[in-house]
Amino acid sequence: MNSPSDTVMDRPHQDTAAPPLTTSDVRAALKDSSSVGLALFPLGIALGVLVVHAGLDWWWASAITAFVYAGSLEFLLVGLIAAATPLAQVALTAFLVNFRHVFYALSFPLHRVRSRAGKAYSTYTLTDEAYALTTGESAQSWSGRRIVWLQALCQVYWVAGATLGALFGALVPAQLAGLDFALTALFVVLAVDAYLAKRDIPTPALALVCALVARFVLPGQMLLAALGLFTAGLLARRAVAPQAEAARA
Amino acid sequence: MPDNTTYVAAAVAVSAAVTWALRTLPFAALAPLRASDTLRYLSVHMPVGVMVILTVYTLRGVSLTNALPVGLALVVTLGLHLWRRNAVLSVLGGTAIHVALASTVFSHS
Repeated sequence: MNSPSDTVMDRPHQDTAAPPLTTSDVRAALKDSSSVGLALFPLGIALGVLVVHAGLDWWWASAITAFVYAGSLEFLLVGLIAAATPLAQVALTAFLVNFRHVFYALSFPLHRVRSRAGKAYSTYTLTDEAYALTTGESAQSWSGRRIVWLQALCQVYWVAGATLGALFGALVPAQLAGLDFALTALFVVLAVDAYLAKRDIPTPALALVCALVARFVLPGQMLLAALGLFTAGLLARRAVAPQAEAARA
Repeated sequence: MPDNTTYVAAAVAVSAAVTWALRTLPFAALAPLRASDTLRYLSVHMPVGVMVILTVYTLRGVSLTNALPVGLALVVTLGLHLWRRNAVLSVLGGTAIHVALASTVFSHS
């Protein structure tokens, strides 16, 4: 994500006695966020197009991306809203899809963000991308301000992309067939990245089986059934081989 | 079609509240979370599985008639990502292939 030279170049800031200037934090954050921004902006456009194709006004794309700000959930949410899914199921889906964020508290450097408002915003915008960027090796020396600016820029890319996509999608009525594959491709990419981090075959295999079982046994509640089965399967696997797995983790 | 603004606003508010709670509350309960081996185990193993499940979930509507363009796009996405490890390239490449196939060779309209 970030070139090693970022760290080297930023070290001098950390050595000076005075706190780093905000402008340099903004510049650094602009650079830090560029790789993720290149992914967030076009994906935001795809989300915006989906929002208007689902029959919602274009400004819902801005509202959804600004308030919910959890990429994968937002794509699912558009479909749930279009199907007038009951709110309890929307809440449960949000809970299960975003439950992984619970674990980000274990290593996200929130202690470097000083102000209350900064901490509140930082947790509000603690996306997969923000977590991935701020816990990497090159991020060890980043100041709290630089982290918050990075998160703010990522949200700007995302909301701006979605708004543009919605306006564009509203202006061009001809539906672009097959654009919804962007969401599938995003999940494939995130799955590959997560796999490469651990290289543990049984876990994705278990998830695949759970997903297929849920797809054919409980197609109406597929997502909840699959995530529930998968969590139960993981806990069972840990109970069966606690020592070996603890050593691996 | 969702004409009901109140419903959409409520769905957005519910999703935002649940998401923020999941991101914020664990910091308050940080110490016990750190101590739990079971949660640490889940934190290590869940991400890849959740992504696999979400991938399959997005493909739940695939049938025999559109399996080929979807399959080809999946292969392109996977191949691009294993080759270049560039998320933008993989997503854009896979989606472009799917749009091209779905609107030309495999168009049903």
